[in-house]
Amino acid sequence: MTSTTPAPPFDPRVLKAPHPVPGAPNNWRRFLSFNTDAKVIGLQYMITALFFLLVGGLLSMIMRGELITPAADLVDPTVYNGLYTMHGTVMLFLFLFPILNGFNNLLIPPMIGAPDMAFPRLNAAAFWMVPVFGVILMASFLVPGGPSGAGWWAYPPQSIQNPLGHFINGQFLWILAVALSGISSIMGAVNFVTTIIRMRAPGMGWFRMPIFCWTAVAAQAIQLIGLPVLTAGAVLLLFDLSFGTSFYLPEGGGDPMLYQHFFWFYSHPAVYVMVLPVFGIFSELFPVYARKPLFGYHVVAIASFAITFLSLIVWVHHMFYSGTPQWMRNLFMVTTMLIAVPTGIKVFAWIGTLWGGKLRLTTAMLFSLGGVFNFIFAGITGIMLATVPVDIHVGNTYFVVGHFHTVIFSTITYGVFAGIYHWFPKFTGRMMYEGLGKLHFVLTFIGSQLTFLPMHAAGLMGMPRRVASYDPEFAFANVLASLGAFLLGVATIPFLLNLVSSWVRGEKAPPNPWNAIGLEWLLPSPPPAENFEHDVPTVISGPYGYGLGRPLVDDEERFVAKAANASTGA
Amino acid sequence: MTITTPNPAEAPAHSDHAAHGDHTLTGFVIFLLSESVIFLALFAGYAIYKTSSPLWLPPGVEGLEVIEPLRFTVVLVSSSGVIYLAERALHRGRLWQFRAWWLLTMAMGAVFLVGQGLEWAALPFGLGDGVYGASFYLLTGFHGLHVLTGVLLMGLMLARSFRPGNYDAGSVGVTAVSLFWHFVDVIWVVLFVLIYVWQR
Repeated sequence: MTSTTPAPPFDPRVLKAPHPVPGAPNNWRRFLSFNTDAKVIGLQYMITALFFLLVGGLLSMIMRGELITPAADLVDPTVYNGLYTMHGTVMLFLFLFPILNGFNNLLIPPMIGAPDMAFPRLNAAAFWMVPVFGVILMASFLVPGGPSGAGWWAYPPQSIQNPLGHFINGQFLWILAVALSGISSIMGAVNFVTTIIRMRAPGMGWFRMPIFCWTAVAAQAIQLIGLPVLTAGAVLLLFDLSFGTSFYLPEGGGDPMLYQHFFWFYSHPAVYVMVLPVFGIFSELFPVYARKPLFGYHVVAIASFAITFLSLIVWVHHMFYSGTPQWMRNLFMVTTMLIAVPTGIKVFAWIGTLWGGKLRLTTAMLFSLGGVFNFIFAGITGIMLATVPVDIHVGNTYFVVGHFHTVIFSTITYGVFAGIYHWFPKFTGRMMYEGLGKLHFVLTFIGSQLTFLPMHAAGLMGMPRRVASYDPEFAFANVLASLGAFLLGVATIPFLLNLVSSWVRGEKAPPNPWNAIGLEWLLPSPPPAENFEHDVPTVISGPYGYGLGRPLVDDEERFVAKAANASTGA
Repeated sequence: MTITTPNPAEAPAHSDHAAHGDHTLTGFVIFLLSESVIFLALFAGYAIYKTSSPLWLPPGVEGLEVIEPLRFTVVLVSSSGVIYLAERALHRGRLWQFRAWWLLTMAMGAVFLVGQGLEWAALPFGLGDGVYGASFYLLTGFHGLHVLTGVLLMGLMLARSFRPGNYDAGSVGVTAVSLFWHFVDVIWVVLFVLIYVWQR
């Protein structure tokens, strides 16, 4: 583990640098401390998130074990309700958001040439809230009545039932965890946006920024606008649940639809909070592994903000069957379909980048290609779901579950895996094993198709979601999906093995193992605590200049040589 | 800048570690914009209930008294002018004048909170009285929490002013708290119009 230390203990650079704070441990124990170095925080986020990926994955295995037979025989249906609620909540709030914040922390400062985030202590505080609300959420398995069974939507009136009458119940803990997650995300968003606005290297105008940073700002803008609305909705829910108000109870003049509006105003855009950085990862990786500039860089950059804007005016498409007036359905059907335009532009740009490129099929590239492949499929089912008549027919069936998981797992999580394989050498200083990586990809690709494709079929046949037992006519699709889910569980083994063994004893990574263009690749692997320290390069051209023969920064050879020296000297 | 002492020979070409500390206001404004969305959501919810709820005023409740809250509104809103005077005094280096205006702002905030408490105590309906009671107490309470936060933050900034030389070059904290106070006041004006003025 000492191999991950950025510098020898008495290196004067460390003493001179304000971060990590004096006295902070410089070995593996720094991951358990209130460390303010964005690179440590980034890895803290990622390790925590990967732990919760296993938790959420385990919950889904139990669910798929239940669903392998039509009858509810493995777990009690009430327990099953708790399982899908916790699976969704864990995967979104404890796996995907934290792991993407891990990428933000690791990538944004080096990519823009900043020494650290704008607010290092706020950054550390935002991270340490994640294990806190993780424990709170997990604790709901231990309270009387078990965890919330209202689904990750927590729609009232189901979510304000409290049959056992305890003040601290599963739903209460769920609201508390989601609220803390929101506060943590807002703190992160303020930090990321401020850093990108204020701390770019000299010469790095907005249109010289890597797409990942564009998508990070676009995604964090959604957090800043959307999360407060979810928080407001959750506060009212908490009052209804615990303090006897009737915001969502028609008996007292309240309106349960208002919760749905509050919830989806954030929780639909939340998908874009997760998918935008993954679009950023794809846009970073394709040029590297196709050796071509990103096709239509400017348009791809601006499309991120078009997605942000449109994502804020589509939420009612989750409520087509909730008694929404027809004019509202039509309006939101059109806005939802419009969002296919900027996303389609991005897909087109990636294909344009790949076209005629000299492709290198590394594990990272395979996951990116697989992710885009799955995303195109999910995009088509997304357009189907945006259509009011289709949605009223298949809403709340397994078709939606299949669509959603093709986005959340087969696109976003693929992008996360791609990013990990691509940047692992940079931030740990070790190469990952390509063989194990390709095995991980092949198992994941087969597993995810086997799991999620049959769900679409079952949904079109009419199988409702969130049920522990179902009609035997859906059995075949469910057996396939369960086998696929277990295969995905198996696929995690080579991944974890690869992460641990590469980090401990992998081959030492050079500063730029993929021969990529970008400020982060001009740093040693792993980068020193303050990235470029006092010697920040001046950016003189746009990103992705593959094959164009122009340097990215002034005096590039010196930075390359410096990084190489620092890497071999460490 | 404050933590590292760069060797003059390698003087940074740009404001390198202005990196740490100089972005507080940018970050704070972003936070306030985000915070205002919570209020926007609550306002929207209130307007929807007000216009569409079949059960609005609880039985026996006619509406809210306007004149008394209006007095406290005037106190709160005019404190925005007082805090501006405090900031100007600090800008001119008149520390005692700053403290006096600052303390007056705190006092005006406290008066508003007391007025709020008195009004709550005298009202004939409670939090559990339908969606009207719930919305009223939630909105005014959530805003009151912000006023209280503002007063406490002002206390902190006042205490900091007694560290010798601490505010010689102005204070980002004072500017941020002042911005927060203006924010709290603007929110109250909207809230007052929604809850007290728009009753019929």
